[in-house]
Amino acid sequence: MNFVASAVAISMTRELGPLITAIVVIGRSGSAFAAEIGTMKVTEEIDALETMAIDPIHFLVTPKFIAMIVMLPCLTIWANFLGILGGSLFGVAKADFTFWTYIHASLDALFLRDIATGLIKSVMFGVTITAVGCHEGLSTGAGAEQVGRSTTRAVVVSIFLVVLVDLVFTALFFFLSQG
Amino acid sequence: MATEQTNFTALQPEAMISLRNLRVSYGDREILHGINFDVMRGETMVILGGSGSGKSTLLRTLVGLEKPTSGEIWLKGKNIAAISSGEMDEIRKKIGMSFQGGALFGSMTVGENVALPLREHTKLEESTIEIILRLKLDQVGLAGYENYMPSQLSGGMKKRAAVARALAMDPEILFFDEPSAGLDPIIAAGVDQLILELKQAFHMTIIVVTHELASAFLIADRMVLIDKGNVVAIGSAAEMRSSTHPRVRQFLDRIAEPAVSEELDYLQMLTEEHRHPGR
Repeated sequence: MNFVASAVAISMTRELGPLITAIVVIGRSGSAFAAEIGTMKVTEEIDALETMAIDPIHFLVTPKFIAMIVMLPCLTIWANFLGILGGSLFGVAKADFTFWTYIHASLDALFLRDIATGLIKSVMFGVTITAVGCHEGLSTGAGAEQVGRSTTRAVVVSIFLVVLVDLVFTALFFFLSQG
Repeated sequence: MATEQTNFTALQPEAMISLRNLRVSYGDREILHGINFDVMRGETMVILGGSGSGKSTLLRTLVGLEKPTSGEIWLKGKNIAAISSGEMDEIRKKIGMSFQGGALFGSMTVGENVALPLREHTKLEESTIEIILRLKLDQVGLAGYENYMPSQLSGGMKKRAAVARALAMDPEILFFDEPSAGLDPIIAAGVDQLILELKQAFHMTIIVVTHELASAFLIADRMVLIDKGNVVAIGSAAEMRSSTHPRVRQFLDRIAEPAVSEELDYLQMLTEEHRHPGR
């Protein structure tokens, strides 16, 4: 039972925190990127930007990238914190911990490396989500129903790619720590 | 570029826009099959044509949203069919475009929409931008609306706001895509009036794509009829009215396409439609 604290702490910071956060953000923001840009495409707002000599990528996509790269790691830290807090409920209720011994056990089990790898992953997820959302939005065809299509595609493709990126980085960190 | 410029001047001393054998395709389907005409400085040219005639594609090509497959577009002395995107951006700062639905940015107020090109392309003081903004909104009859969101405006007001935004950079050429589409006759007449005012007050070169005949005859100095990607006729309103060209007559007199009688023709039409689905 002593392993509860360390298992929760490590799995949250390395894997679940970044991944769950990314999936929630895909549903909330990745879809919104595709819907917003897709609607702008359909209503000729993207064309309007171009005729005003304003680069739509610079104007619409760059701020989203910056926001996502900054905020997704912040949300991940928050998710990690809440995950460990949730684990402590179980620890206190079922596994002979007091709240403070649980927190101490968690902190003892964690290395900076665990948190850092999770945050590096979340940055990569942010890049993936923004790239997919904006790309799907910009490749929206004509007509309102195409916006729905792009939004759905953005969510499906983002989730798939985020899991794939997670796999790649988990493997990378594993082999780096071996070497 | 210098030699091209002289050639151009020799070719058409007063032409603001010259199209030379312009061809545009989507994929392997050619939309415009060699368009030739000139638009003179200070002239209002109306591009007429039915749905699917290629008139909207022509407009999109003129403002650089579509790349022609071949031919030349001389705009302000430069062939925009063959210039870099940086040079194209410089030209775009001198043209304004009013889109069919307005294409105002929904997340910004009317004022922010109109001021956007100024904020992006000029280093003007915020107070100066405020003054220009008021001036432009006043010109289109929307004084006092700068803090409204586009969603709070009616269709006609949206179109006026879009014109104000197109005017923000004091363009030399103004393009309109279907200015009266989706508006009731009174509001549409108001937009026509606005175009006439712009022409008279600023001697702007104006290009309007429309299929509204009443509006076209009201605002046009000259008009050009596009049909199936070709120029069918070009001339002043009077010349168009007296034209005997069957396609012009059909368009102006609003005669429906002859009904398909033969079963085989109908089949052929269906397969054509299938092979080249209309945009």
